[in-house]
Amino acid sequence: MSARTILFQGGRIVDPSQGLDGVLDLLVVSGKVAKVGKGLEAPENARVVSCEARLVLPGLVDVHVHLREPGAEHKETIASGARAAVAGGFTSICAMPNTDPVIDSPATVGFVAAAGREAGLARVYPVGAISVGQRGEQLTEIGELVEAGAVAITDDGSPVMDSGLMRMALEYSRAFDIPVADHPEDMGLSRGGVMNEGLVSARLGLQGKPNASEDVHIARDLLVAELTGGHIHLQHVSTRLGVDLIRRAKARGVRVTAEATPHHLLLTETSVEGYRTDAKMNPPLRTEADRAAVEEGFLDGTLDTLATDHAPHHYDEKEQAFDDAPFGIVGLETALGLLLTHFVEAGKLDLLALVERMSLNPARAFGLKAGTLADGAPGDVTVVDPELEWTVDPTAFHSKSRNTPFKGQVLRGRAVLTVVAGRVVHEL
Amino acid sequence: MNRTASSLGKDLVGIEGLSADQIVSILDTAEPFKEISERRIKKVPVLRGKTIVNLFLEPSTRTRISFEFAEKRLSADTVNITATGSSVVKGETLVDTARNLEAMRIDMVVIRHGSSGAARFLAERIPSNVVNAGDGSHEHPTQALLDLLTIRDHFGKIEGLKVCIIGDILHSRVARSNIFGLLKLGAEVAVCGPMTLLPTGIDALGVHVFRRVEEAIEWANVVNVLRLQLERMKAGFVPSLREYNRIYGVSTARLKKAGPDFLVLHPGPMNRGVEIDSDVADGPHSVILRQVTNGVAVRMAVLYLLAGGMPEQAEAAKQGDVG
Repeated sequence: MSARTILFQGGRIVDPSQGLDGVLDLLVVSGKVAKVGKGLEAPENARVVSCEARLVLPGLVDVHVHLREPGAEHKETIASGARAAVAGGFTSICAMPNTDPVIDSPATVGFVAAAGREAGLARVYPVGAISVGQRGEQLTEIGELVEAGAVAITDDGSPVMDSGLMRMALEYSRAFDIPVADHPEDMGLSRGGVMNEGLVSARLGLQGKPNASEDVHIARDLLVAELTGGHIHLQHVSTRLGVDLIRRAKARGVRVTAEATPHHLLLTETSVEGYRTDAKMNPPLRTEADRAAVEEGFLDGTLDTLATDHAPHHYDEKEQAFDDAPFGIVGLETALGLLLTHFVEAGKLDLLALVERMSLNPARAFGLKAGTLADGAPGDVTVVDPELEWTVDPTAFHSKSRNTPFKGQVLRGRAVLTVVAGRVVHEL
Repeated sequence: MNRTASSLGKDLVGIEGLSADQIVSILDTAEPFKEISERRIKKVPVLRGKTIVNLFLEPSTRTRISFEFAEKRLSADTVNITATGSSVVKGETLVDTARNLEAMRIDMVVIRHGSSGAARFLAERIPSNVVNAGDGSHEHPTQALLDLLTIRDHFGKIEGLKVCIIGDILHSRVARSNIFGLLKLGAEVAVCGPMTLLPTGIDALGVHVFRRVEEAIEWANVVNVLRLQLERMKAGFVPSLREYNRIYGVSTARLKKAGPDFLVLHPGPMNRGVEIDSDVADGPHSVILRQVTNGVAVRMAVLYLLAGGMPEQAEAAKQGDVG
């Protein structure tokens, strides 16, 4: 019997792919799910993990992380990001291509995949660029990127401003059955903005990005997706109208999936008060009405995917005047605790729905073999202690970066054991 | 250090964080300091032995010189650091600049910076007193204080006056500081300018918005005319300078609608023939040069108070003439 054989005994198994939510055993043999049931016997040499009072989930999937390698390894490497992922309960992560160089060739896609395998922690899936150099001019060799291992394409970090190029990407990508992910932002409308445009920006004297800069682009993407029949995946939605546009597009059958991030679900523009650069992100934190709409869209499944937009930055880059600091926060190590505390424990969302949005849906959106504990599925499992209270302490992060606005928050619920292909990659 | 309730605390980063009492005590402290600038030997030993760094990381002439005069008239030792020729152009970050200043054991920093929040950023990181001499589009507190002093000099009060700020409100730190200060002291405040140059949400700060400059002038006791920053035109905020002058320029013809007791302020530098016509700038309603004179007194008052001086002892402090 291989070391990749584990019996998870007596945990509360929550697997939306099978509609499962009950106290059961889960057996992983040779890195694959062998069986879920009651009173399972442990094979010889299997590790037996007692999961009493624990949640046993299909490993979490984050389709939107920035790993900064190649090019900015002082912020994060593929290995450190993968380490942060498993510490946060994520077993599969999709690495955005806005690195230096940009992930726009089979060679760079291959590099990310290989470095991910070498790290041997979370599964790291490369995402290729839509346009060469992310310059928004010429399509990358999408077919070759997919052959090299890319699971999606995006110019994230920047939007695709040219609607014609977006049309080509959505049409061309259909042959490969991958989503085209887009960072929705009309750069003309957000010109120079560093936070949400509104009362707070007026008072602080900071240039704002209006909701319309996102809404216009979401509307454009939905219409072009409808035109082409391609799969558009809208990243980090932050506006109330944006949520509504997606809801209506889904109702008329447009192939769209969409993300909510923990920070847009939980914070508003007031977090920027005092020029807190840890609250500087793109899209910006918006008003309470927007936050509430993002929450509503997340609860009703319009925003079907929870993604962290994990965006590590070195501390001295955030330790600057607000205008000069980069956008983004880290998210891999806080997402599960934040969602368990503020959504599940708060009674807004049941566990089955949470796991759907953090595992099953993102896996489906990006066509990953993940998000399920069905027989024969990869043995990627996250064991959570739902009662464990912990305080967000950035100095204890496995990520190389510390930039989080959630520092000091007391959360309840944490991944205590993360298993990828039957191998324990994180244990608290 | 013992301080009265109306003392300023460690820093002056903005008007928004001040109480009405604190604003009034700065203005009251500035009154006796005005006289120092009228003397043959314009120097008192109030800040003798204090070292002040004027850290001007964005171009400025009049504000820097005004601070320098204020510092020298109070006998402080000053060093000027400007963007060109400083290590900042070599890539030094603001936090490193702050640490270096701290290591040199200076007493005060007067900072001008292109980013909103930069003064506060510095103030939170060094023990020296920090004075904001303009941060991005955020605040320019001493400009607002000198505007308030100039208005109070003329009307004997601020409360109940109607003040309209005309021009590029969106990018103006002067506008924000003025709005906060005037409202705290009981004035009615309005803004007027092209809609492209008014920030979204400005009315939520408690100001009226006039779309037509004629209506603003008819309503106001005071207009504070802001410079149209010429780069704004290139960015497409206004179609042309000519049109700006035609629609929003403060001209003698438009002042015919003004009341008899009417003031025109401008923080300078002026674009004559753009936001303000020369005969208005040089005309009977203009107090633009008075603002410049008051600027030195207000800055002396701020430095004196931050150094631990008491408003009620300002009169006595200025008696220690040296020279």
